[in-house]
Amino acid sequence: MKTREDLKAIRSNTIDRLNAYKDPAQNNVRVVVGMATCGIAAGAKPVLEACLDKTSELSNVAVCQTGCVGLCQLEPVLEVFMPGGKRFTYVRVDPEKAAQIINEHIINGRALTEYTIGANSAGQESCVSLDDAGFYKKQLRIAMRNCGCIDPENIDEYIAYDGYSALERALTEQSPQEVIDIVLKSGLRGRGGAGFPTGKKWQFAAGAPGDVKYVACNADEGDPGAFMDRSLLEGDPHSIIEAMILAGYAIGGGQGYIYVRAEYPLAIERLKIAIQQAKEYGLLGQNILGTDFSFDLEIRLGAGAFVCGEETALMTSIEGKRGEPRPRPPFPAIKGLFGKPTLLNNVETYANIPWIFQNGWENFAKIGTERAKGTKVFALGGKVTSTGLVEVPMGTTLREVVEDIGCGCPGGKKFKAAQTGGPSGGCIPAEHIDVPIDYESLGAIGSMMGSGGLIVVDEDNCMVDIARYFLDFTVEESCGKCTPCRIGTRRMHQILDKITEGKADIKDLETLDDLCGHINRNSLCGLGQTAPNPVLSTMRYFRDEYISHVKDKKCPAGACKSLLQYVINDKCIGCTACVKVCPTDAISGERKQKHSIDPDKCIKCDACIQKCKFGAIDKK
Amino acid sequence: MPNTKTVVPFSATKEQLQELDALIEHHKAQPGAAMPVLQGAQEIFGYLPEEVQIKIAEGLGLSLSEVYGVVSFYTQFSLNPKGKIQISVCMGTACYVKGAGEILEKVEKKIGCKAGEVTPDGKFSVDGTRCIGACGLAPVIIVGGDVYGNLAAEEVDGILDKYMQ
Repeated sequence: MKTREDLKAIRSNTIDRLNAYKDPAQNNVRVVVGMATCGIAAGAKPVLEACLDKTSELSNVAVCQTGCVGLCQLEPVLEVFMPGGKRFTYVRVDPEKAAQIINEHIINGRALTEYTIGANSAGQESCVSLDDAGFYKKQLRIAMRNCGCIDPENIDEYIAYDGYSALERALTEQSPQEVIDIVLKSGLRGRGGAGFPTGKKWQFAAGAPGDVKYVACNADEGDPGAFMDRSLLEGDPHSIIEAMILAGYAIGGGQGYIYVRAEYPLAIERLKIAIQQAKEYGLLGQNILGTDFSFDLEIRLGAGAFVCGEETALMTSIEGKRGEPRPRPPFPAIKGLFGKPTLLNNVETYANIPWIFQNGWENFAKIGTERAKGTKVFALGGKVTSTGLVEVPMGTTLREVVEDIGCGCPGGKKFKAAQTGGPSGGCIPAEHIDVPIDYESLGAIGSMMGSGGLIVVDEDNCMVDIARYFLDFTVEESCGKCTPCRIGTRRMHQILDKITEGKADIKDLETLDDLCGHINRNSLCGLGQTAPNPVLSTMRYFRDEYISHVKDKKCPAGACKSLLQYVINDKCIGCTACVKVCPTDAISGERKQKHSIDPDKCIKCDACIQKCKFGAIDKK
Repeated sequence: MPNTKTVVPFSATKEQLQELDALIEHHKAQPGAAMPVLQGAQEIFGYLPEEVQIKIAEGLGLSLSEVYGVVSFYTQFSLNPKGKIQISVCMGTACYVKGAGEILEKVEKKIGCKAGEVTPDGKFSVDGTRCIGACGLAPVIIVGGDVYGNLAAEEVDGILDKYMQ
């Protein structure tokens, strides 16, 4: 159990230790290795071990692990902070490179610029640190402020950067209503997708009658292509814990639940460690910091059901039942978990809370647009050169995210659209690339903010196929409780199948349109209501692609296999190599003469294209 | 219960059954105990056969239909045993647009069973999984816990060869 005095001492000692390298008079070096799931998958563990091994005799070098800095495609990332404070970001490091960096750079003082971020990013040869990289310039880190800076498994490092100071102040100096007022005035809105004002949610839960209330955290990040919540839990678990305790104090709740999807083992592990540490310090449990406020926290694991990201379904799942949604009202703030008033926020929403208390709601409200304050974290992926996690102020345009931060589509391909909001969202076509990213602007063009997945698709992707992919997802994830979603999405999927196979007619498009409206209006929960969005938005912006599939039986992007024809062009020299590999004898022709493919026999297995050395076979 | 009962008959060691009893006892008083108990049981046995579900239902005072309802609802709960080496092909959006479908086909062809199934010798099973959150490395597969990222379909055969010996 720590007192406020103890925390103060920990804060100043730890910050001195962490900042030791900044003093040029001393010879201290700090080395950090990014150890989030993506870093570890790319091989960060042996890199960290190599660093620890090579520096074991060097008393001036501190090596530590951190969460993710967001540079997914350049992992493993190793950063060196030299005496005086200069930062070097080494990317795609392996154990041999790590050993070299320690010998050459740290011991001999010669930076290995060829391994730094600049040398591995197009057009930025001179930059050696992440601070100067184009990827970082337009970003502003609030939710992810500690990710990549602190060791997530060390509570002292969180405390060093003012961690738990918001809680200290709230418990000793502020009333619950004052806490709620700060959240209200900051203008923070839910980061899970819908964007409901967070302060209002807290106010409702605080005002609900009842002695027992719960605080819950939605960490069931099921939206395919989104991984910011994972990264936050892996990189800065204490900020979520602190925010939940604050929420408990504000609404008068004594028990919290974090519902995490089981697919995130490292996030769960780090949360467990963080909860244990917070308990040891007396920041969780009975009489927190010696006050009469008590709060406990429990982790509950999901088991792979997308619908459990919907708030009422999540609560049913915590109750140990099939994760089926319940009708609203009653809203969870009145009747939620185990029938009691419950406050539920998303991971990223919570991650913003301590920052708002540390830096003042005024400073938070200055960032962003009129109606959307602060920042949003996006998981930038798909056909984009620099993939990764990016946090930008609300109102940043899609172009800035895709072109300036993401460096456009690889291979000089043309940007076709960005898909936001996953299976509930829609696409933003190239014509709207200058749209400012905030809740209302995205909604107005038929997409949505969503939880933050941002998948870029290029000219090689077929939009009908993308819509079908999302419907495939929804059909499988529909819980089956209400008919419009259970049966409606299945029918939509069948029609999309027909379209991509070239078996649909124009009337099917009308039926599809009609179904979208019914499912949207009549489904029980958000999953069903938003399920038609990928279809609606692709039909709106890429109707010509649907028409070509239906009328001309062609897929303009060349992605729908059933509609492709394999055709031999004039580059063919008649070598007969393709004839030999064709499993169905669909190719015929005399030696040294142009061959041809019988479309009725061809099964489009691609064997001939892979065999042909002359590029003589086209898919059309 | 599932239409097709698994080909491998259920067998449990004494230790496993004791572990299950202890698990049920530990969570019994907790509100919403079914999920943590089923998750723990799957860790003990690798899957959730009918026999285990019956024990859990009796232990927690639930009906078997409630327990089976929960088991069949969530994709992580498996009614069939998994292969010794489990292969997961990530089917998240980022992987999908980069050719995960083709990679899954290659894997199925190579090991000789479809997604969701186990090979007759019990060695391999393959699943198309939900997004594993490593989108920066797309497309990604996990073979027996080893992660392979930035894959091309042609590389699949070579990778799996290593596990086939």
